[in-house]
Amino acid sequence: MVIDTTKCVGCQDCVIACQAENNVPQGFCRDWITTEAKGKFPTIEMEIRSERCNHCTDAPCISCCPTGASHYHDVGGVVLVNHDECIGCKACIASCPYDARYVHPEGYVDKCTFCIHRVEKGQDPACVSVCPTHCMHFGDLDDPNSKVSKLLQSRRNHSLLPEAGTKPNIFYLT
Amino acid sequence: MNEITTTRHNPFIDPTLQVWNWEIPVYLFLGGMVAGMMIISGYFLFKGRHKEENCSCYYLPYISFVLLSVGMLALFLDLEHKLYVWRLYTTFQITSAMSWGSWILVLVYPILFVNILLRPPKMLTDKFPIVIEWQKVLLEKTSWIKNIGVLTMFFGAGIGLYTGVLLSSLGARPLWSSSILWMLFLISGLSGAAAFVHVIAKDAYERVLLAKADNAFLIIELFVIALFIIGLKTATEVQASAADLLLVGKFASSFWVFVIGLGIIIPLFIQLLAVNHKINHTPLAPLMVIIGGLILRFVIVSAGQYSHWFALN
Ligand code: SF4
Ligand code: SF4
Repeated sequence: MVIDTTKCVGCQDCVIACQAENNVPQGFCRDWITTEAKGKFPTIEMEIRSERCNHCTDAPCISCCPTGASHYHDVGGVVLVNHDECIGCKACIASCPYDARYVHPEGYVDKCTFCIHRVEKGQDPACVSVCPTHCMHFGDLDDPNSKVSKLLQSRRNHSLLPEAGTKPNIFYLT
Repeated sequence: MNEITTTRHNPFIDPTLQVWNWEIPVYLFLGGMVAGMMIISGYFLFKGRHKEENCSCYYLPYISFVLLSVGMLALFLDLEHKLYVWRLYTTFQITSAMSWGSWILVLVYPILFVNILLRPPKMLTDKFPIVIEWQKVLLEKTSWIKNIGVLTMFFGAGIGLYTGVLLSSLGARPLWSSSILWMLFLISGLSGAAAFVHVIAKDAYERVLLAKADNAFLIIELFVIALFIIGLKTATEVQASAADLLLVGKFASSFWVFVIGLGIIIPLFIQLLAVNHKINHTPLAPLMVIIGGLILRFVIVSAGQYSHWFALN
């Protein structure tokens, strides 16, 4: 996923769309808005980002899971949790440097699924499809000709905490 | 400046991670105590001390059995999806420390049972007289007893180091990203167990031996804590600031007062006086060591959850 921070206005439509689409319980969120201000007055820079699970290629949440509930989906390596296998030990929550997971009130651990149920039907994730500024793009990063790959080739971008070594798969255009 | 604000508000995740409460530190502490007791009792078997009527190798397996079960109960209570606990045992996930731990814990029970067979309880022999035959076979074979001792020490060490590896395998928490956390938990388990056995041992030789051993373990523990802190301070910036949580930050008072002062230095001082016959042995020092070990687990689990990669910003 590629997100253009120069377009994001932090309206939280993506957050609400996710909650509605995925029946996220009240008081919880699978995606959220982060605002980062840095620099020295008067040259302060601000970045507004829509954040969620980074669907890491080297996902520590998967390698620490004792039951195999956390796993890579066959399609595009999306990181998912199988609710019926999760015992709620919370090791995965402690292992995620992005704090992208939470305990669902029903007892299993939950997080962003990249709306895999929509993606499998050829649709975009709910957050991507509702964004009023069209700042989010979803596609195959392994395909050099995909829109997301082209955006990354042509624009300056960064991922979050690459130093944590998890190989995150969400990139922010700046 | 660098200021980050977020709209995320997930319970027990924000503002700081608090998904593990009392259950996990209690489980890690009891795991450490059992590890220490198994190593001590295995060592006595290896040394042939089972020939002594009052050898602690005859009752430590019972105590280990109870403590391990209480520890596993605490772990169970921590699970959010309790009815699915059996899922742990339908798979083995080679990269998951927790999966290793669950299987090691299951293997430890039969080993404790074999230890118990050396002097089985009357309740068991009344119901199953064959157990007496097994006991006879075991007691006749010195080499078997030595091997049981080695196996008991081996699995004891396994549990002890696993309790540390469990945390240090979770690299997202800088305080736990230390390759010697296992050593710290193992040595702390040994010092707690030695203190405990020193108090309850019926055999005078064992009492004195364990007081001396405990002093050695406490001194080693101080060194391991120093190495743990130095390791973090000289690593990445996030790890250095995680170490500061213990040294000068939010957890400094519990770390210095309860873990280092009341949990190691003062009891070490009292026990050194006692083994040098300056004062009588008192159960106070061992008690302080045991409580210090428990607080150590609480401090490491809480401060570890508090430490974060974003501390860099
Ligand atoms: S962001 Fe966290 S939960 Fe998502 S794949 Fe990476 S480590 Fe796992
Ligand atoms: S909480 Fe569930 S998904 Fe997470 S590590 Fe434990 S069993 Fe796996």
